[in-house]
Amino acid sequence: MKTWKEIPPGGLILEAGNASTYKTGGWRTYRPVWDEKKCINCLICWVNCPDSAILVKDGKVTGIDYDHCKGCGICAKECPSKIQAIKMVKE
Amino acid sequence: MKNTLALTGNEAVAYAMKQINPDVVAAYPITPQTSLVQKFADFVADGEVDAEMILVESEHSAMSACVGSAAAGARTMTATSANGLALMWEIVYIAASSRLPIVMPVVNRALSGPINIHCDHSDTMGARDSGWLQLFSEDAQEAYENTIQAVRIAEHPDVLLPVMVTLDGFIISHGMENVELFGTEKIKEFIGEYKAEHSLLDLKNPYTFGPLDLYDYYFEHKRQQAEAMRNAPEVVKKVGEEFARTFGRDYAPGLVEPYKLDDAEVAIVALGSTCGTTKAVVDEMRQEGKKVGLLKIRAFRPFPRAEIVQNLKGKKAVAVFDRSDSFNAVSGPLYSEVTAALYQMIDSGSKVPIFNYIYGLGGRNISLDEIKGVFNNLLSGEVKNEINYLGVRE
Repeated sequence: MKTWKEIPPGGLILEAGNASTYKTGGWRTYRPVWDEKKCINCLICWVNCPDSAILVKDGKVTGIDYDHCKGCGICAKECPSKIQAIKMVKE
Repeated sequence: MKNTLALTGNEAVAYAMKQINPDVVAAYPITPQTSLVQKFADFVADGEVDAEMILVESEHSAMSACVGSAAAGARTMTATSANGLALMWEIVYIAASSRLPIVMPVVNRALSGPINIHCDHSDTMGARDSGWLQLFSEDAQEAYENTIQAVRIAEHPDVLLPVMVTLDGFIISHGMENVELFGTEKIKEFIGEYKAEHSLLDLKNPYTFGPLDLYDYYFEHKRQQAEAMRNAPEVVKKVGEEFARTFGRDYAPGLVEPYKLDDAEVAIVALGSTCGTTKAVVDEMRQEGKKVGLLKIRAFRPFPRAEIVQNLKGKKAVAVFDRSDSFNAVSGPLYSEVTAALYQMIDSGSKVPIFNYIYGLGGRNISLDEIKGVFNNLLSGEVKNEINYLGVRE
């Protein structure tokens, strides 16, 4: 963390695209746990995640970004009921 | 040759604004500020300035427009009084914490209620912790000069804070005096061109203005703001010295102005137009051989603690005049801060007897005789109460 002498005055943020440096994972009380074996890669969780915390590579889910996931549970709720590849577990 | 005109305080400040020719003025009318902005609007309508005048629907919008304008890098001014200042309150704080060098003449008027349009300092005193510098003016001349200096002080890179220039409602704002005006070219040279370090209109260097700032960085930003205000005394003094040199004044305005105080046994501490009245009383009593003096506070923010201690040390008695009440069940605001400053003298083992006079609320006149009475009571040691209300019907 920077000291008051190292930051721009007046609360300005001078560099663009820095939202990812703000870690919101600490807000979570429930963590989504993803089961790769059950996942059918429909990407409904990816579409609905408000924090872009579902990690995807080449059209396939690879995991969850716990630095930014706030634990809202939308992914678990929206995961097709027959699949249930994501479960919310108390932190 | 001197260019002296008979002007009201509001006209003198409007004239200063014309000579400064800011990029943007956003304002809403309120008594007794109205004739100030009206006069400036005349200058705009007559094409004598090229400032962008934004006529808004409230003071909250006026200060909001000023914040946007200043964040875009424009030299920005507004003016208000009393309830108008109260209505812009939220944005007054945001202007200071966003470090925007806005200059705002405040024509001091009593805050309602009961509703009142006349002078007291309750409006700007309420804003004393808003993070703005506050320069009080004794007369129209000083309001004119403070307005010009305020631009330099606000925009100084070590400060970058907004500045209020106060003038007592009606007493200064509508009273006509001879005001010596300086040449516009010289003023333009003195204030220089404003080049903001960041501008929202600079599309090549975009930045985020006014983001959410929680427990991880808010404190650091407040610490910066505190440091900027700590830098302000030196800048106020330096700008005052340069002003005196540039415009041929024999007196460089600083944070305070001691008047016949060196050998004075007793002193009055005051703000605004009452300082002029007190000087007249000091002159009269000096002729009678009475050693009285005045400590005028020009800068209430930054608060001139060291200067107060230095000037009041060793006095037999001191009266602090407050043109507003803090309603803290103790005293007026100036008294609270002056006495806190004098606590620094405890080490030297000397305690100055000090008294508070709350006076002039809602425009109640203060007379030469009342001030003389206070000086005489200080001299004879006959002040019974620490806190006094001067001029109220008991």
